Amino acid sequence: MLTKRIIPCLDIKNGRTVKGVNFVNLRDAGDPVELAKKYAEVGADELVFLDISATIEERETIYDLVKKVGVEVDIPFAVGGGINSVEKVSRILQNGADKVSVNSAVVRRPILAKEISDEFGAQCLIVAIDARQVDGSWMVHTHGGSKATELELFDWAQRMEELGAGEILFTSMDHDGTKNGFACEALAIMNEKLTIPVIASGGAGNMDHFVDVFTSGKADAGLAASIFHFDEVAIPDLKEYLVSKQIPMRV
Amino acid sequence: MIVMIDYEAGNTCSVMNALDRLEVDYVLSDDVTTIQKADKVIFPGVGHAGAAMDALKRKGLVDVIKGLTQPVLGICVGMQLMAEGSEEGDTSCLGIVSGKVKKFESQVDYKVPHMGWNTVQHDGGGLFQGLPENNYFYFVHSYYMPVGDSCIASCNYNHDFAAAIKKDNFWGIQFHAEKSSKQGAQLLQNFLKEAS
Repeated sequence: MLTKRIIPCLDIKNGRTVKGVNFVNLRDAGDPVELAKKYAEVGADELVFLDISATIEERETIYDLVKKVGVEVDIPFAVGGGINSVEKVSRILQNGADKVSVNSAVVRRPILAKEISDEFGAQCLIVAIDARQVDGSWMVHTHGGSKATELELFDWAQRMEELGAGEILFTSMDHDGTKNGFACEALAIMNEKLTIPVIASGGAGNMDHFVDVFTSGKADAGLAASIFHFDEVAIPDLKEYLVSKQIPMRV
Repeated sequence: MIVMIDYEAGNTCSVMNALDRLEVDYVLSDDVTTIQKADKVIFPGVGHAGAAMDALKRKGLVDVIKGLTQPVLGICVGMQLMAEGSEEGDTSCLGIVSGKVKKFESQVDYKVPHMGWNTVQHDGGGLFQGLPENNYFYFVHSYYMPVGDSCIASCNYNHDFAAAIKKDNFWGIQFHAEKSSKQGAQLLQNFLKEAS
């Protein structure tokens, strides 16, 4: 049976993990490769690296990082942040990443999704969507959720599927950072409307939130950052708990 | 010598990384003689079946691969290309094994691509030696090979399909052993152990 996926997300700036990380037995918590290896060992199903570097110079370090992760880590991983051309996608994939995640760039130029998908296949393209509710409607935002667009979440997700996205990574800005649970209602609607897998992000605070996201939210994968980095929820415990709730997991 | 066929398949780098982790000596090559003289051949593959066949034709490798007599392991599209044909781009393939590769029909509970970790039913021998019944391998694919004569392991996603095949000296795996953690490494090791 196909299992649901647990995906830790690592924020990267200038080649280093930025958000505070509190992991026992880790020599250098700022080293993304060390952290990625650790996550792979404890049972993460996939990893996402999000490059939040501000300058072009800093962004160059991501390619070297991708190469190192590819050598050391034996599970699939995606890279996102600042990817805005087929050429950049090619460089990321050639350095050993399995997938790329694009966000603002496809809002600016939607056809980029098709260009990437046609060139490298839908399986390597995650379209990340940040959205929040505005007057009762889920509206897409860009630039880390700070800039509103005219795009409605579900229409946009469907359009991205049509243009060749292999997965949608939906982050609810209303839930992100609250630790009050995922946006399960919106996720369930999205699941009905799409025929590609959906990765849920934003709001994970405890193990029951993952039960909810896979049952009522019907998500295919759950992504989280701080609860894993600060060891608030250990992945082996989480997976064991989900199995006890009849949710298929790789254990 | 282990030779990996170089035809710009999407997972070439990942397979090389996996072989490096196993500390295996190998070369990446599209040279006919080098491939023919290999002790074992790895035939990777990610991307469009039609584009992959075109790349093989361009490099003059279609008959070379069909004529290989040493152990060959096709991975993902590398395995699918061993079929007679594929619905993907209505492509005519190598015809090493019988049957045609089909597209998954997407349904609410069965999204396409089939993406993530799934369990494989196998007999515990050959490629799967030492692997537990409760195993997990990483799959990413929208097309599948139906269970046929050459199927040696199956997986279920809405229905059964071939997870691994074997015909004479040709093996194929639909999943990405190179991305399947320790169990994937074990499987690659099993294939390589029989070489040299």
